[in-house]
Amino acid sequence: MPEPRWLRVTRVVVLSGLTLFTVVPIYAMATSALKPLQDVQGPFRWIPSHLTLRPFADIWRTVPLAHYFANSVIVSAAAMLCSVTVAIFAAYGVSRYRFRGRGLFSVTVLSTQMFPGILFLLPLFLIYVNLGNLTGVPLYGSRTGLVITYLTFSLPFSIWMLVGYFDSIPRGLDEAAQVDGAGPLRTLLQVILPAALPGVVAVAVYAFMTAWGEVLFASVLTSESSRTLAVGLQGYSTQNDVYWNQVMAASLVVSVPVVAGFLLLQRQFVAGLTAGAVK
Amino acid sequence: MATVTTPAGEAAPASSPAGRGSAGARGRAGRRAGGPWPRVTPYLLLLPALVLELAVHLVPIVVGIWMSVKSLTQFFISNWSAAPYVGLRNYRTALNVDGPAGRDLLHSLAVTVAFTLLSVGLAWLLGMTGAVLLQRPFRGRGLLRTLFLAPYALPVYAAVITWTFLFQRDTGLVNHVLVDQLHLSADRPFWLIGGNSFVALVVVSVWRTWPFALLCLTAGLQTVPTELYEAAAIDGAGFGRQLRNITLPMLRPVNRVLVLVLFLWTFNDFNTPYLLFGRAAPHAADLISVHIYQSSFITWNFGFGSAMSVLLLLFLLVVTAAYLLVTSRGASESAGRGDA
Repeated sequence: MPEPRWLRVTRVVVLSGLTLFTVVPIYAMATSALKPLQDVQGPFRWIPSHLTLRPFADIWRTVPLAHYFANSVIVSAAAMLCSVTVAIFAAYGVSRYRFRGRGLFSVTVLSTQMFPGILFLLPLFLIYVNLGNLTGVPLYGSRTGLVITYLTFSLPFSIWMLVGYFDSIPRGLDEAAQVDGAGPLRTLLQVILPAALPGVVAVAVYAFMTAWGEVLFASVLTSESSRTLAVGLQGYSTQNDVYWNQVMAASLVVSVPVVAGFLLLQRQFVAGLTAGAVK
Repeated sequence: MATVTTPAGEAAPASSPAGRGSAGARGRAGRRAGGPWPRVTPYLLLLPALVLELAVHLVPIVVGIWMSVKSLTQFFISNWSAAPYVGLRNYRTALNVDGPAGRDLLHSLAVTVAFTLLSVGLAWLLGMTGAVLLQRPFRGRGLLRTLFLAPYALPVYAAVITWTFLFQRDTGLVNHVLVDQLHLSADRPFWLIGGNSFVALVVVSVWRTWPFALLCLTAGLQTVPTELYEAAAIDGAGFGRQLRNITLPMLRPVNRVLVLVLFLWTFNDFNTPYLLFGRAAPHAADLISVHIYQSSFITWNFGFGSAMSVLLLLFLLVVTAAYLLVTSRGASESAGRGDA
């Protein structure tokens, strides 16, 4: 099919505009991270006066970035593991069984998106503080409290994506396993999970990204010892002088793990997303 | 159009009544072979997820409603059960538009509605444009698709802090381009305080959310059979008519969910204003989440903050219900796709 000329021209113009819009901030981030301090203290420069890696060395000293980084890794990894495990069981139940209340499932998932975080932030803060006082188990200001909170954030959508994946696995496989005498648990672990592995990985990345990027609850529920990157990164700006080259270097460093994971798995991600969303 | 070409393609029969019935029959067979309490197996599987969601979402909401009828000020934070009951006083304060607190809340709601409409509209438009223009294969298409997703994949704080840098009055890229290079303005405008902060907020929000619209719409377009376009082209339908008569109707189910999710995310957005402006949001960009956060954690009046949160939830419930009602009516009119 021949395309009219105006369409080809429009495509080039519009896609170039979108590319600029997307790339310019990322370019500014990446180049400013390589600039010496005087470059970011004067008017903006498109090209650094000279390239330096010093910001990448300094970021660890200006604020305890390694400490925040470790907290973020621990919290996100723990939230990811718990969330994926819980989601696998729930998705298996929704995908393979017919039971009362099954139809409520997608409504529930969608409605969790509706709650403004601020609505349960204040009560959760109070509950964690008082539960800590009551039981001696610190939830407020600890990583445990954050892990529990974050895993519930990624859970609804993780289940939703996994149901899509599990549904796509032929039920003949289950039946074959059951003929061999496998119970539901063995069927899940030995038949379903291996077949749905790409989906499980995509859900894991999603759960990790959710925890890695959360700001609101991190800013309220953490103390200095459990502070994550989401809050810690603002430490560069509260100093009297903002070291923008270091801020950009730190932003780059904390972005690389999740962006790489996301872009590597985007295909599975889109598949899982649409499997759940279009139904 | 229930599903997509992806692995989930086979899920379609399961969601049709016949498929569901046979799946149930197999499920029953499976249960006979399964554990000692066959009936409870699905509930047991869902139990951990349910307990966690209840504990972290539903219980706090109930507690929040309880807090909203208490005078829960700073004196009662560690001994909250002692806070005196005040009935609907917090709600009256919030809804009294003649009082300062009510007036601020109404202003914040107006700003949030304007911000949401603008931001969701632009994000959807860019996503739709991008998805349609990337529909036909060409060299570099895969690269562009990946590139456009980068803002969505970045952690929100890294993305917004970068924009904070770009919007700096004296050292930022935005003023450098507008003032030094294009000479559009004689003096350097402030972007993060004053009236311009609303513009900055919309730009950052669109930058972060339009890739999600692109992602969903691209996936949705892959479900449209190419034969439809070929047949339309043979009938002499040009690009505009194909867009109007094939692409947009076929994307209806995707758009229905996409617009709702974008709306809810944008309306509830806390991260963008909080990271862009810090704790003191400018008046022109005082989004409702930050407004409630500030008035709660600066004055430590959790009772009043909870009342405002509950009002916010009620508002969203009404808007969402109305939206679903209106769009489902539209969907059943265009019969055939009603089940999607």
